[in-house]
Amino acid sequence: MAEVANPGWGYFEHEADIGVIGRGPTLAAALEQAAAATFAIMADPVQVEQRIQVDFEFTETDPDYVLVTLLNRLLAEARLQHAVFSRFQVRQDGERWQVEAGGELWRSDLARGTEVKGATLTMLAVQRVRGGWEARCVVDV
Amino acid sequence: MNLQGLKEIAPQCWSQPAGAGMAEVRLFASRDLLEAMDEKVREQISNVARLPGLVGAAMTMPDAHWGYGFPIGGVAAFDAEAGGIVSAGGVGFDISCGIRCLRSDLTLPQLLPHAEALANQLFRDIPAGVGEEGDLKLSVPEIERVMLQGAHWAVEQGYGVAEDLEYVEERGRVPGAVPAQVSDLAKKRQRGEMGTLGSGNHYLEVQVVDKIYDAAVAAAFGLRQDQVVISIHCGSRGLGHQIGTDYLVSLARAAGRLGIQLPERELACAPILSPEGQEYLGAMNAAINVALANRQMLTHLTRAAFARILPDANLDTLFDVSHNTCKVESHVVDGRARRLYVHRKGATRAFPPGHPDLPQKYRKAGQPVIIGGSMGTGSYVLAGLAGNPAWASASHGAGRAMSRNAALKRWQGRQLIDELRARGILIRTRSLRGAAEEAPGAYKDVERVALATEQAGLAKRVAFLRPVVCIKG
Repeated sequence: MAEVANPGWGYFEHEADIGVIGRGPTLAAALEQAAAATFAIMADPVQVEQRIQVDFEFTETDPDYVLVTLLNRLLAEARLQHAVFSRFQVRQDGERWQVEAGGELWRSDLARGTEVKGATLTMLAVQRVRGGWEARCVVDV
Repeated sequence: MNLQGLKEIAPQCWSQPAGAGMAEVRLFASRDLLEAMDEKVREQISNVARLPGLVGAAMTMPDAHWGYGFPIGGVAAFDAEAGGIVSAGGVGFDISCGIRCLRSDLTLPQLLPHAEALANQLFRDIPAGVGEEGDLKLSVPEIERVMLQGAHWAVEQGYGVAEDLEYVEERGRVPGAVPAQVSDLAKKRQRGEMGTLGSGNHYLEVQVVDKIYDAAVAAAFGLRQDQVVISIHCGSRGLGHQIGTDYLVSLARAAGRLGIQLPERELACAPILSPEGQEYLGAMNAAINVALANRQMLTHLTRAAFARILPDANLDTLFDVSHNTCKVESHVVDGRARRLYVHRKGATRAFPPGHPDLPQKYRKAGQPVIIGGSMGTGSYVLAGLAGNPAWASASHGAGRAMSRNAALKRWQGRQLIDELRARGILIRTRSLRGAAEEAPGAYKDVERVALATEQAGLAKRVAFLRPVVCIKG
């Protein structure tokens, strides 16, 4: 499967939906990049201004489920706030994960991409790679 | 797809024999459609064939493509008494996504002078695309009423007329919805999302009957040449997405404890008779009712938009059918009626003529089946057939032939919209990216899908609908 090259995040092929990839020197950094890839499907991150911030935390031991939980919490928070995010910070404290996301409420002149419904367990993999970590899964659009 | 190991046992029906721990797989499609399908379709439906309590074969429709868990276009029936399961991965995130088809009393010549104004009005009035909300903001208790009452709730609130309900699957409301099994987060996500179209492959399309294949059935459905019809494709919005999210993860984690060996985590499932299985069914049925109410509200908004531009137009509901569900149905297996949980993920129910659940008007003709095509090609209305070999199921769309990433590399949204306009198709969208992803060329040839559907005995073609205006989500 062809992959789209990008320093921190990118996409891999899936026929119906979209595969997202995040890479970073730490697991937390790879998760941040996967979140960036997911939200870039919905809006150009360059256009998204930093006007609001949400934070939450959750507990999870399995790195695969950390990715799915993180993305789905972020998607739910965005829908509840009627917002789109473009900046993400993930901190790990053992099994606890603290998350901050920054962005803005949807405004009429912000170009729309495609809505992401949720992160799936398909092709889900969070693993060490040379130089750090990689987190990937298919998101349903 | 490599066809090795498959045998065409009937027209457009390919069988992969049962093997160790795996039931038979049947793929309904022409050879060329099958050869063009991704190998993953066969892999995914083979995984479905390994699930406990499967009755008969695991099947795919002619529009099948690679999904998550089940392939899109996957059909599988399970018997609760035989240890059968219900799978969140067999329904998906967009629970009860489906199509509401409205027929008007307008003809194409009456529409065309107003098509531009109508496109603009629909685009103003129908909330569509990511980040768009409806005018109605519901409280959680009110959303719980929607979950129980479905389209009936919408009609009671003044969205549409009681006659619409006769032509909605399950008469507009499924039993078995349990709001208590739906998370608070899912309920909150729905507060501003009633009466919204959504994004991705969702659309509202104004179409014209371009060709009639079966005059008698078309007449029974109230369809005639050059008639203007409207198709609304959407689902249960944020509530369904969150239920999918919640249960996919919880059921995948529970599989080991429930004694189920999942060939793929995304097939997340539980025995139907287990507490977990019952909880999912209660939540899923709640989402089905929300989807039915949502399409009822969109019907009302569509009528209001038409009334502003073409005040004399009447829009009646032709039919409303979902294609991402698990439904309890009675089917005859080896001469005996059995109660089965039929999963259709990207597949439409297609009841035959004479089925007692059909509206009286369609009882002789069979259930209207809608194959939604791309915005540049067209859609088909078909009718259910007696002897359907796939638990009364048929194709639901053209089916993707190319990934979204590949489509983005190949087409530009603006250029595509201009090209379609030159062909007489008016597109309105807030997402140029979405338009490119949904390029007609990214889909299979809907004509071949509809033909294969008919030749396989799944449903017969009644009419072809050509797009005139498309509001893309």
